Amino acid sequence: MSTTIDEEPLKELPELDTFPGERRRQITNVLMHAVLLLVMIATVGVLVWLLVYVAGQGLKYLGPEFLTQTPPGNPSQPGGGFLNGIIGSLITTGIATLLSMPIGIAAAIYLVEYGGQLARVTRFLTDILVGVPTIVTGALVYAMWVVFFGFSGIAGGIALGLVMLPLVIRSTEEMLRLVPRELREASFALGASKAGTILSIVLPTASSGIITGIMLAFARAMGETAPLLLTALGNDLFIELNPTKRMSTLSLQIFSNAITGYKAAQARAWAGALTLVAIVLIFTLAARWIASRTSVGRARLTEPRA
Amino acid sequence: MTAELLSPPDTSEGSSDGRFTDGLFLRVMAAAALTVIAVLVATAVFLLIRAWPALSHYGPLSFFHARWAPSEAVATSSTPNPYGILQFIYGTVVTSLVAMVIAVPVAIAVALYITNLSPAVLRRPLSSLVDLLAAIPSVVYGFWGVFALIPALGPIGRGLTSVSGIPVIGWLFQGPFFGYSVFAAGVVLAIMVLPIVTAICREVFDTAPAAEKEAALAVGATKWEMLRIAVLPRSRSGIIGAAILGLGRAFGETIAVTMLIGNNVLTIPHGIMRAGATMPSVIANEFTEANQPFHLDSLFVVAFGLLLLSLLVNMTGKRIVGRVSEHIA
Repeated sequence: MSTTIDEEPLKELPELDTFPGERRRQITNVLMHAVLLLVMIATVGVLVWLLVYVAGQGLKYLGPEFLTQTPPGNPSQPGGGFLNGIIGSLITTGIATLLSMPIGIAAAIYLVEYGGQLARVTRFLTDILVGVPTIVTGALVYAMWVVFFGFSGIAGGIALGLVMLPLVIRSTEEMLRLVPRELREASFALGASKAGTILSIVLPTASSGIITGIMLAFARAMGETAPLLLTALGNDLFIELNPTKRMSTLSLQIFSNAITGYKAAQARAWAGALTLVAIVLIFTLAARWIASRTSVGRARLTEPRA
Repeated sequence: MTAELLSPPDTSEGSSDGRFTDGLFLRVMAAAALTVIAVLVATAVFLLIRAWPALSHYGPLSFFHARWAPSEAVATSSTPNPYGILQFIYGTVVTSLVAMVIAVPVAIAVALYITNLSPAVLRRPLSSLVDLLAAIPSVVYGFWGVFALIPALGPIGRGLTSVSGIPVIGWLFQGPFFGYSVFAAGVVLAIMVLPIVTAICREVFDTAPAAEKEAALAVGATKWEMLRIAVLPRSRSGIIGAAILGLGRAFGETIAVTMLIGNNVLTIPHGIMRAGATMPSVIANEFTEANQPFHLDSLFVVAFGLLLLSLLVNMTGKRIVGRVSEHIA
């Protein structure tokens, strides 16, 4: 930004009132500054309000018992915790990451390194896939998987994987584009094949950016509830480690406890909401931190993209 | 956009082995790219297959009325169709419009402030804070909406419902307002789509040429006039594209809306202060408990409709934003 913008040229003119309407223009200017500033403050204020409210409610119950116990069989009873949901979230999101990461990275490699008609179509459809409602993704997995194999952690993982896939493709694609072409040229000049160049030069160079993108997608999938309602279904009773059985997740437990009328269940749900927000924010901030430390792709990755 | 693709020089002497690996590698990568296409096609096909029994039993057009009463479904009779979905389409579109009416002006203001007015040191932190709104899970928004936002909206809602004399606005804001409403869902949606709309607006505003901004200031424009002359006019189509993409996002939002909208599936609500339902909310509420004849199939009809709606909106938004960024490049 050049410094000339910060000057107010008209201040140096002798009398403001010699120009008709000058006062009105200056007043409009100040007013609009104030309006824009107020809207900015209000927006940040909403974020602070939400975080403080969730923290305030959540801290009332969050504690060792909440993190190490399963909910009581009768939801109106106090006590218990969401350990089964936390474990379920890690299992389903883990499955989702294992599915979406290799496919997403490979697809991004195709888009950036090979190009052509298929790549153009895929790029456009990836953007469309980001916009497909996640509950529709859940309905798809229900129709393709749950109908045959029943509600399960795997089904939840597939649904979350489909949610993550376009996000991973897009962030990886951006990172690969930022790898300087000179690196590829140098590799080819040394006699490396295209596959060798991509695997041993391009991917390592972009790796921290790619990891950042995957972490953000992971955080996003962790917070999803809608597709899991139709696939993992939830299980409020005990810890389930078998991914072929119906499984609870943190988000599902927050939802099911929040919509009961019981104070005790809502207290658990608030503690769960705080836990979930904390996990998601830690992942998001860690991803930003990694992105900010690497030369490739400082600002590009961490903002929500259309 | 399509940068020149690099390939190693074709050295046919020697390693045919290396080129075989290359070909295999290419095929694996292409297969991964094809998955994206396969997923979209599979979504459309599988939803349609599951929706088909209801569609063929009742006839596609019979779904276009506004009463959803699964308990009245009889397996042997096809008229009347108890599964009307018009009120869900209405709820989806209207909650999203309420959200955009709030979010778009706010996003423009925030993006203008961040790109042109804020001190340079604050630009990145402010952008990050707005982006954090996108990281909060939907279920948390819904929960917070029920206990914090709805009570806070109470006075506003009651104030709005008291304007009853004026023709259109009076209808829009007619009471009674009990909190759970299209309006409350719209406000939470506005907060949820704000980051994405702001991010696109910010990118669009950033492309306004510095020379034009300085020229405006040089001929004596105030800073606000500079924004109006040099930044906003060329950003119009970008803002429209951002709004449409935000709209697409709002269409599909499920859990927060389900918790706030009041889930009235029987009629199109009068105005926006009363309870309604959206396409995602009815699916989330009834999917696992659908036990009436053609109930689940009809929910798939809703899901298929939602898919079509979101594809339409997102493609339109993408076209506009894509064209804008090509202009920029």
